[in-house]
Amino acid sequence: MAVDTKAAEPGGLQIKPMDQFLVKPLFGGDEIYWYTPTNVTLWLGLAVICVILLLVIGTRGRAIVPSRGQSVAELAYVFVYKMVEDVAGKDGLKYFPYIMTLFIFIVFANSLGLLPMSFTTTAQIAVTAVMAIAVFVFVTILGVVKNGFGFLHLFWITSAPLVLRPVLALIEIISYFVRPVSHSIRLAGNMMAGHAVIKVFAGFAGVLGVGAVAPIAAITAVLALETLVSFIQAYVFAILTCVYLRDALHPHH
Amino acid sequence: MAETSDKVEGAAKIAEKGDSVGMPQLDFTTFPNQIFWLVVTLIVIYFILTRIALPRIGAVLAERRGTITNDIARAEELKQAAVDAEEAYNKALADARAEAQAIIAEARAEIQKELDAATAKADAEIAAKAAESEKAIAAIRASAMDSVTEVAKETAAALADAVSPAKIDAKTINAAVTARLKG
Repeated sequence: MAVDTKAAEPGGLQIKPMDQFLVKPLFGGDEIYWYTPTNVTLWLGLAVICVILLLVIGTRGRAIVPSRGQSVAELAYVFVYKMVEDVAGKDGLKYFPYIMTLFIFIVFANSLGLLPMSFTTTAQIAVTAVMAIAVFVFVTILGVVKNGFGFLHLFWITSAPLVLRPVLALIEIISYFVRPVSHSIRLAGNMMAGHAVIKVFAGFAGVLGVGAVAPIAAITAVLALETLVSFIQAYVFAILTCVYLRDALHPHH
Repeated sequence: MAETSDKVEGAAKIAEKGDSVGMPQLDFTTFPNQIFWLVVTLIVIYFILTRIALPRIGAVLAERRGTITNDIARAEELKQAAVDAEEAYNKALADARAEAQAIIAEARAEIQKELDAATAKADAEIAAKAAESEKAIAAIRASAMDSVTEVAKETAAALADAVSPAKIDAKTINAAVTARLKG
């Protein structure tokens, strides 16, 4: 819509790399209330469908010798399960479903965002911030409930000299409260940057004519990189969640 | 401008001229919407995972581990059985070989006995035959000696007749020849 109106206007290069992040109502209208079905709703719903396809439909055979779909589902399961076990420890396995939920959602949301004309839900600060704050609040409450006052040991580093401890405690506290910010911005920023870059190159391709080969090659390369990034960022988000979980379960350094 | 229409205003502004916002992600008017649908999505995924997917995959993995463990155990058992069978086979082979050795030894002893008996019998027969032959040879020799004496006496008499026309007593000649033969 926006592209059409702009194309009619005078002026050469019209690249609007951020238009793809606009939240729009799905069925027309301008108003966006909290319940309005928007393109966010659509692409979140598609992520849910992908999860169902992979983890429910893919494993319906329950085969000892798995089919391809079941293999992938098992691979995802074992991958996250091992990650939780290795990073958060055996007692962290209780929270495996939560981390699996986050990981599988982010993987599919990131991957769906790579489709042309799609909307990347994980490039939205609102989406990643909600997940990061949820993780932060959850592990903080868990840490206090599990360890009580002992949770403060996370900030009081007994292995450091006594003089340095207040300074370190200040740094630790700041870094602790910055966690949700870095946690959410990392994911959203990675997603946004890649998609914006692709859009910019696509804009170049539109005006270069035959020379468009170069930006198209660049788009291909960036898209390959983004495929990797979409998986890695899901992994990073999940493993950081595990790290925070470990800190909550075992605050002693 | 009324506060109530702020949201409407913001949404309309974005829809009409998207590039004027800068980063659409920072348009807070869309946040309640995004957060609501995200929470719905996460809860739906959580229930899909905990109710269906994770128990199922966990069960499949456990079942597979069990199957593999059982198969390995059975393979171990079969291997043991094969080893046992081989041992039994080797033992049977060794027994058979020992028995064969015993039978051979027995047969050999029997044959030896028969052979000894036959040899002894043959020896006895040979000895008897030899004794008989010796006797015959002795008889032949004795008769030959008699003939020689006879011939010698006759020859001596003839010689004596030819040498001396004088009568030489036959008795004297006989005695002389006998003495010669004995000497």
